[in-house]
Amino acid sequence: MPAKLSMQGLYKVFGPAPEEAVELARGGSDKDEIYRRTGSVVAVNNVNLEVAAREIFVVMGLSGSGKSTLVRCINRLIEPTSGQLLIDGQDVLQADEEGLRQLRLNKVSMVFQHFALFPHRTVAENAAYGLKVRGVGAAERRAKAVEALEAVGLGAWADALPANLSGGMQQRVGLARALAVDPEILLMDEPFSALDPLIRRDMQNELLALQERYAATIVFITHDLHEALTLGSRIAIMRDGAFMQVGPPEEIVGAPADDYVANFTKEVDRSRVITLGRIARRDRPLLAPSEEAAAASRKLQDAEVQGLLVADSNGKPLGSVSATALLGADPAAKVEDIMERPALTGERDTPLAAVLEAGALGAPVALLDNQGRIDASVDPGDLLSALAAARAEDQNLRVGGTA
Amino acid sequence: MTDFLSWLSPSHYGRLPFADWVQWLVRDWLVPNFRPAFQAMQWPVDQVLRGLEAALLAIPFPVFTLVLLLLAWRFAGRGVALFTLVAMLFIDAIGVWAETMTTLAMILTAVFFCAIAGIPLGIWSARSDRVAATLRPVLDIMQTIPPFVYLVPIVMLFGVGMVPGVIATIIFALPPIIRLTSLGIRQVSEELVEAAIAFGATQRQILFDVQIPLAMRTIMAGLNQTLMLALSMAVIGALIGAGGLGLTVYTGLGRLDVGRAAVGGVGIVLIAIVLDRITQGLGDPSLRDGTWTFSGSVRRLLGLAPPRMQEKLGT
Repeated sequence: MPAKLSMQGLYKVFGPAPEEAVELARGGSDKDEIYRRTGSVVAVNNVNLEVAAREIFVVMGLSGSGKSTLVRCINRLIEPTSGQLLIDGQDVLQADEEGLRQLRLNKVSMVFQHFALFPHRTVAENAAYGLKVRGVGAAERRAKAVEALEAVGLGAWADALPANLSGGMQQRVGLARALAVDPEILLMDEPFSALDPLIRRDMQNELLALQERYAATIVFITHDLHEALTLGSRIAIMRDGAFMQVGPPEEIVGAPADDYVANFTKEVDRSRVITLGRIARRDRPLLAPSEEAAAASRKLQDAEVQGLLVADSNGKPLGSVSATALLGADPAAKVEDIMERPALTGERDTPLAAVLEAGALGAPVALLDNQGRIDASVDPGDLLSALAAARAEDQNLRVGGTA
Repeated sequence: MTDFLSWLSPSHYGRLPFADWVQWLVRDWLVPNFRPAFQAMQWPVDQVLRGLEAALLAIPFPVFTLVLLLLAWRFAGRGVALFTLVAMLFIDAIGVWAETMTTLAMILTAVFFCAIAGIPLGIWSARSDRVAATLRPVLDIMQTIPPFVYLVPIVMLFGVGMVPGVIATIIFALPPIIRLTSLGIRQVSEELVEAAIAFGATQRQILFDVQIPLAMRTIMAGLNQTLMLALSMAVIGALIGAGGLGLTVYTGLGRLDVGRAAVGGVGIVLIAIVLDRITQGLGDPSLRDGTWTFSGSVRRLLGLAPPRMQEKLGT
């Protein structure tokens, strides 16, 4: 499938000598040297990226890393100096004024860090702004705006003025304004940075739900690594205008490409990033409820695990049997009489920490397919060794980071 | 020693005939070549002025007072409405009602032309730094040059009478509306303009949906300043044949009749206060709610105003 959005060799230079600066950057000069020689600042330096449809692509970097400039290049609020930018295979940089306007009207919408709501318009008028610009009639525009406001939980506030809303609510209006136009691509420039941490977490969860509903491709800018790890299907770490590493969250945390990225991720609690799906295995035997305890013990020893799942003839989980339960049991007893019910189940993207927090260390966790059958399992031993490895990695990196 | 230093001053070597140059420029070049053009420019001013003056003089005193009272109440509150009533009664009682209407017609004509020229110029200078840089020294000169200086060429080009008086008033009162329109639009947050662009708004949509509404308060402040400057020209305009309260003051001055001058002066002051309060009220954004509609105004005047948005939300 072709990428929804792609960039090849994108540069943005601010200052008097953009072409010369791009040449120097291509030749490998760094930002400081280019500034010394040309007086120009390279804000985006040779960025290449491909974003698939419905992906949440997070660009993470500190302030001044060029991430806000990069996202503005996508809808050409800032004109890139050189490079190629394709949306659905169409060259955005070749578009004339009208083509660009159509792109902004119909495909790409944006959420801003400081909300950028129009203070003289009501919440509903703000949410309807994109539709108004598009020329949609008043009644239809209002209906769609209210629908978008309801999606973000602000249906009751349609006729209030933005100034009467809290920060979190204002950003919901900003989100509703962007969603009301049914965008294919949603650009979000640090949308939650101005909110306090609890509201921020709510908004992140809500964004994930909304993304499923509106099926938009999202380019999300943040300086908060935790936010990046929560939201991103892929994350790019940006520094001095260039991407240092691009990959899924686990890769960024598990295999940082260089010291800069490692430094960022060293404070991350890996048990919150590594998921059950990553350590689950499909080669573990299942027990039938009618099996005898002696046979179950043998299977358990052969598989070198601490517990096994019990499934019915359709492969649906009934419960689990642990090594300790088998030790104390009569060898002739039936598995169904000694098993613990129900079986623990988890999702592929459940972080390891969630299992620990549920107090479920000691029994195997079943991962189900969409028919509700056991697809794979995570043994307590797997879980512990993964946690231990993550822990060790945290320690090592912390030592490496300070050295 | 003094002789030595005087070598350094240009006047030691003769006098630059600057006065003659200006005299030549205006009397021998501008007037013969462009008088018809300037005369033609008078026409729209004349039409508006005559129409307004005739209308204001035709409206009976009680009707005018009532309308002004309601406007004051609507935009500036009960206190100003009461003041307006007393002021109008007083103006009529001291016998300068007709002069006041003439002055009002002149002022409103001047402000009208200032607004239709000044607001677009202000918008233009907000959008282009080059226009702003060009306009700035022109506005500086307009604001610092004493009006008496340009009364002479105005008389030479336009003659004497009401219309030249209004034209002098326009020149004097124009700068604030241009400056404040430009300032108001430049002050609109860049982020809001960026948001409008990001949603595909055209330049025109940005101007009318975002920039002008958000600059409205500042533009109204400019209009208020322009109005006040126009009023302060009432007496100076009388020097070149404009009538109204200015003429009353001027005649009082000529005859050393302090009572007569005071009558005109009091009229100007009272009308200035009333217009100032009403136009300041116009720029108040807290009035931007449901009571803007006609039925809303009637309800409000009857004391049945719907609650303000802020009160509804309890903040």
